[in-house]
Amino acid sequence: MLTRRIIACLDVRDGRVVKGIQFVDLIDAGDPAALAHRHAQEGADEIVLLDITATHEGRATLLDTVRRTAQQLFVPFTVGGGIRTAEDAAAVFEAGADKVSINSAALANPALIGQIGADFGAQAVIVAIDARRAARRNPEATDPVHEARVFTHGGRRDTGRTAVEWAREAESRGAGEILLTSMDSDGTRAGFDCELTAAVSSAVRIPVIASGGAGTVAHFAEVFRAGQADAALAASIFHFGVSSARALKESLAQSGIPVRLPC
Amino acid sequence: MWAPTDLRWNERYGLQPVNQASRETGALAPEENLPVNVTVIDYKAGNLTSVVKSLRHLGAEVTVTDTPEPLAAAQRIILPGVGHFAATRRLDETGLTPAIRAAITRGIPFLGICVGMQWLLEGSTEAPDQPGLGYFLGHCERFPEAGEKVPHVGWNQIDMSDAPPSRLLAGIRNGEHVYFTHSYHAPLNTFVRNDQGEIDWPLAAQTHYIEPFASALEWENVFGVQFHPEKSGETGLKVLKNFLCFEGYGL
Repeated sequence: MLTRRIIACLDVRDGRVVKGIQFVDLIDAGDPAALAHRHAQEGADEIVLLDITATHEGRATLLDTVRRTAQQLFVPFTVGGGIRTAEDAAAVFEAGADKVSINSAALANPALIGQIGADFGAQAVIVAIDARRAARRNPEATDPVHEARVFTHGGRRDTGRTAVEWAREAESRGAGEILLTSMDSDGTRAGFDCELTAAVSSAVRIPVIASGGAGTVAHFAEVFRAGQADAALAASIFHFGVSSARALKESLAQSGIPVRLPC
Repeated sequence: MWAPTDLRWNERYGLQPVNQASRETGALAPEENLPVNVTVIDYKAGNLTSVVKSLRHLGAEVTVTDTPEPLAAAQRIILPGVGHFAATRRLDETGLTPAIRAAITRGIPFLGICVGMQWLLEGSTEAPDQPGLGYFLGHCERFPEAGEKVPHVGWNQIDMSDAPPSRLLAGIRNGEHVYFTHSYHAPLNTFVRNDQGEIDWPLAAQTHYIEPFASALEWENVFGVQFHPEKSGETGLKVLKNFLCFEGYGL
């Protein structure tokens, strides 16, 4: 049976993982390569490295970070953050990434999705969507979930597009997967936005990765059931020691969610 | 262009009789048997980095080629590939197809991954005008529409219970998970012609998604996996190591 995926996300700035520390026995707990390797050992199905470096100098370290991280990693490895062109993507693949995640660059130039896919295959292109429910801004909205809007620039810029419609376009342009982050839930640890995830997941035939709001094991079970998510992303839940991927998966298996248990 | 004929593949292309003893050596060889040489074919279908990195991690010496010449001296060959079946046209255009056929006929261990496995069949409905190698008898098909997501992406189980013991999957437990990403697959009823010219079943493992399909094929010195061993953690590395440890025939 196809299992639901648990994806560990590492936020990296200037080559260092910036969220919390979990593995006290690691010599360098902020090293993305060491953390990615450990997450994979602990049973994470995939690793996402999200580069949040703001400075130009810091960006130069990204490829080195990707290369070092990919070296010992034998599960799917996605790199996102700051990929603007097909050349940026090619450099990241060359360094060892299996997939790239593109967000605002795809909104600015939707043809980029197909350009990257033409050279590296549709499976290598994840379109990341940051969405916020309509109710927050528009109390008149009759369907705040289906009218949820896509935002860029850390939630400051409203693109005017709905998440469902943009996900459909991304799929038609050749995206392999959608990474959907609920900006309403992100950082709250109060659970994923299952209604929004279900709306997007049922609108497309490609897999949808849910992100934003994970706080407990039960939240993952909810987003796989009610949210119809094919995969779920988690960053802080691993880093702050709330749960390991192993513990999370054992618990999910007990509640009947198909998962790959590490050996 | 090849059309399936009544002749078995080995006879058509003059494969030496198989050494029964080496056919049965499925176990992992000791670490010191590595390094070995492996030639990875680059036909511009996706990213080779992960495959090459995994093989080097296992101690193999890797040569990457996009021309047929190095295949004449290759000790083992891997044909990776993600993407569209039509990309295999490049194998015909560059002369790689006859070089691969000759290497297989010489008894060289050959492993096709993903589209590289699909190409070992006669063709695929993904690109009906593009023939495959035709080593295995059958055509790849798209997953049927059934309300489930297509492509099939993620970790799924390999079921070896209906297949004879596999050399490629030796040491792997029935039901272990491996990583897939594909929309087309080899049907469960993919066949091969055996030494007696009879239809035989090269299935090494099947996987179920919407319907059961062939996730690993194995016949003499030719292997194919629909999943990505280079992305399947320790299980996948074991598959690659088994392949590197298999000596082939007539070397």
